[in-house]
Amino acid sequence: MIGGLALLLAFQLVGELVVRLTGLPIPGPVIGMVLCFGWLRWHHPREGAPSVRAADVLVRYLPIMFVPTTVGIVAYGPQVAAQWFPAAVASFGTWLVTFILVAWVAVWLRPRRPKQEAA
Amino acid sequence: MENLAATWEWLSTSPLLALTLTVGVYWAADKLWERSGRHPLLTPLLITVTVISIVLVVAGIDYSAYADGASILTILLGPATVALALPLHRQASHVKEAAPMVLGAVLVGAFFSIISGYWVTLWLGGSTELAASMAPKSATTPIAMALAEQIVGLAPLAVLFVMVAGLAGAVIGPKILDLVRVTDPRARGLAMGVASHGVGTSRAFQEGQTQGAFSGLAMGLTGLTVSLIITWLVP
Repeated sequence: MIGGLALLLAFQLVGELVVRLTGLPIPGPVIGMVLCFGWLRWHHPREGAPSVRAADVLVRYLPIMFVPTTVGIVAYGPQVAAQWFPAAVASFGTWLVTFILVAWVAVWLRPRRPKQEAA
Repeated sequence: MENLAATWEWLSTSPLLALTLTVGVYWAADKLWERSGRHPLLTPLLITVTVISIVLVVAGIDYSAYADGASILTILLGPATVALALPLHRQASHVKEAAPMVLGAVLVGAFFSIISGYWVTLWLGGSTELAASMAPKSATTPIAMALAEQIVGLAPLAVLFVMVAGLAGAVIGPKILDLVRVTDPRARGLAMGVASHGVGTSRAFQEGQTQGAFSGLAMGLTGLTVSLIITWLVP
């Protein structure tokens, strides 16, 4: 478990270093995620391995880690209230169009069974 | 009386209060969510944030004192974001024959969501900060927070818009898919994962394993795609 945590932290550390050294406009943890994904594809740790357990625990409790930042909304309350119209319409409206668009694109690109189905 | 004042002074700036409050309220919210049969509108994050915000305002605790106290949780967000590679790895085997479908849906969704989120907000009279906080709303919360800050948005606003997208998908997503006559379980999962990330994914798993797997995969890939393209799309 601790070994797994050390591994995840190391991936993040490398990610942060890459971002700073190259000036890429991507968050360090996202680079770390890509590196970790590559490692998982290559290494295929079994279920229950320390790295898998550590990752499972962190992913499971992810929401609690955004709480402190999200509570910051109290500090921006008046600013959001003043712009409630664009905030509400743009967030829901563009979600709705994106959602339907993605569903249609997926249906359009879905793999079709060869021939027999049409016959 | 003096001791009482001194104790309150210590308590209101102590990390212990911030941590106990956050972990305790989250625990209770999680119980409530389980009891409600995991109703999307009772998502623990939503309840926890509401309760803590009220407590801070009522008790007159400064937000920055609370955020400093609970900063260990925020620090853990880094390795937890790295850990999202695990669910992505588990779902990756589903891609193979469906690769064009998955990649097409993710690319179109990520691109459209950023462009439309940013420009519609500005067009409706929102500030640049509001628009930049709206742009990454298709990415999963930890990624959207980091991205919003990178493009002059505000992390708490980004979380708010991510929540709107997630809750909308979980509450009315399946009904909308019925309405537009999308029955393919893979396409239903992809729409949920691309537009409504984690909250949508847990709803998709309630519909079925295929929907859930495609949704989880789409969520991971969308977070990644949004981070790769957002700085080029948002001026």
